[in-house]
Amino acid sequence: MAEPVSVAAEYLAGSRARAARTVLGQVVLPGEELLLPEQEDAEGPGGAGERPLSLNAGARSRVRVVCGPGLRRCGDRLLVTKCGRLRHKEPGSGSGGGVYWVDSQQKRYVPVKGDHVIGIVTAKSGDIFKVDVGGSEPASLSYLSFEGATKRNRPNVQVGDLIYGQFVVANKDMEPEMVCIDSCGRANGMGVIGQDGLLFKVTLGLIRKLLAPDCEIIQEVGKLYPLEIVFGMNGRIWVKAKTIQQTLILANILEACEHMTSDQRKQIFSRLAES
Amino acid sequence: MEEEMHTDAKIRAEIGTGCSPRGPGCSLRHFACEQNLLSRPDGSASFLQGDTSVLAGVYGPAEVKVSKEIFNKATLEVILRPKIGLPGVAEKSRERLIRNTCEAVVLGTLHPRTSITVVLQVVSDAGSLLACCLNAACMALVDAGVPMRALFCGVTCALDSDGTLVLDPTSKQEKEARAVLTFALDSVERKLLMSSTKGLYSDSELQQCLAAAQAASQHVFRFYRESLQRRYSKS
Repeated sequence: MAEPVSVAAEYLAGSRARAARTVLGQVVLPGEELLLPEQEDAEGPGGAGERPLSLNAGARSRVRVVCGPGLRRCGDRLLVTKCGRLRHKEPGSGSGGGVYWVDSQQKRYVPVKGDHVIGIVTAKSGDIFKVDVGGSEPASLSYLSFEGATKRNRPNVQVGDLIYGQFVVANKDMEPEMVCIDSCGRANGMGVIGQDGLLFKVTLGLIRKLLAPDCEIIQEVGKLYPLEIVFGMNGRIWVKAKTIQQTLILANILEACEHMTSDQRKQIFSRLAES
Repeated sequence: MEEEMHTDAKIRAEIGTGCSPRGPGCSLRHFACEQNLLSRPDGSASFLQGDTSVLAGVYGPAEVKVSKEIFNKATLEVILRPKIGLPGVAEKSRERLIRNTCEAVVLGTLHPRTSITVVLQVVSDAGSLLACCLNAACMALVDAGVPMRALFCGVTCALDSDGTLVLDPTSKQEKEARAVLTFALDSVERKLLMSSTKGLYSDSELQQCLAAAQAASQHVFRFYRESLQRRYSKS
């Protein structure tokens, strides 16, 4: 019976929590525990849990760290729940230890408050539209949540229309609700998306990459053809160009961008620009 | 053009795990795993152990029928399709074992009133099928981005008539064995999540098999880590 015990002891020694700082940019797996910077100071170089003597024993300054997607708070540590690369963002101003999150590749969207998404109207019941956003439940959209909508002046929304809006209520316990106006009552680009064009689905990671501030892909695509494009954080992109052929080419390029390196992309763009 | 892109993007991670620390006859077969190979499910994985191969697809968190919804956590469903014929009682019992293992590991409370469906298709069965199904299900859940508190793996042991332990037995070894034991272990502390056994064995033999499975699971988890690192290194 001594065998299983000794074997178990080896494993426990190997699965000690690592400091979050040392794992930044590396792939982390579900089940790993990460130590926050303040805690690893307490563990000390000898690992014996030595703490510096302080006159004021209880006043340890706690660094406030925000736990982003893919991480859960587990006691004093962070538990990784998704597989991906660990990222950290320093706080812009003021105190706080910044944000830690896991950059994972996913296809399924889970509604998050404040996200701008493209939805498809699936039903009209009374005063609410039911909009499919790709999550586990259809979101509800009130007819009054459009710019300039009043009880007499209803918006012209039919079943099957595409809507670009943002979530005002999105948590795990309630049905998600979206609106097409911002906090000042202006549409700000949201609302019903016009006729024609093509809606297609990509992974969530690609959308985040395309929406990053310094993304070259969008600039290059813009130089190719004049186009209108809408990105939804739920993995949906709507694109419209002058002809159907151009629209399809753009859709194929954006779908393929995920797997191409930047050299391959430049090659394809230059070939298209010539033809 | 699309299919070619997807073929190029499929990341194949193959590792030959030669031997475990014990002795001859206790080695695991060659592993291979491929992720994100199906376009419709939210996550998919194909796991190969020697000649046994299982394809897994995960859908979720998705809509659930009102009759099946649970108010405070996700409803987990497992569907196991055999290679030939209709699913029978053996598949149903394996589905239940896999579902119980997944439920212990998946953080269902983060997605109440949703459903997470794992569909497993047996592509070829050459022994250790339940362990291969567990491994494929775990890789598919990770690929789908379902939040989990740990990874899990399945290891099968077979006990000969003279008490020799064989890890990852082939179907011939399973038929001739006195007892076949399958364990599901988690990655954090190698704790036992599920065990399914068939045949005659003593208490000390059970402990011995469990210890051997825990040692072997180290190789499986190392293979998971390498395969996932390879996948993310491409992006």
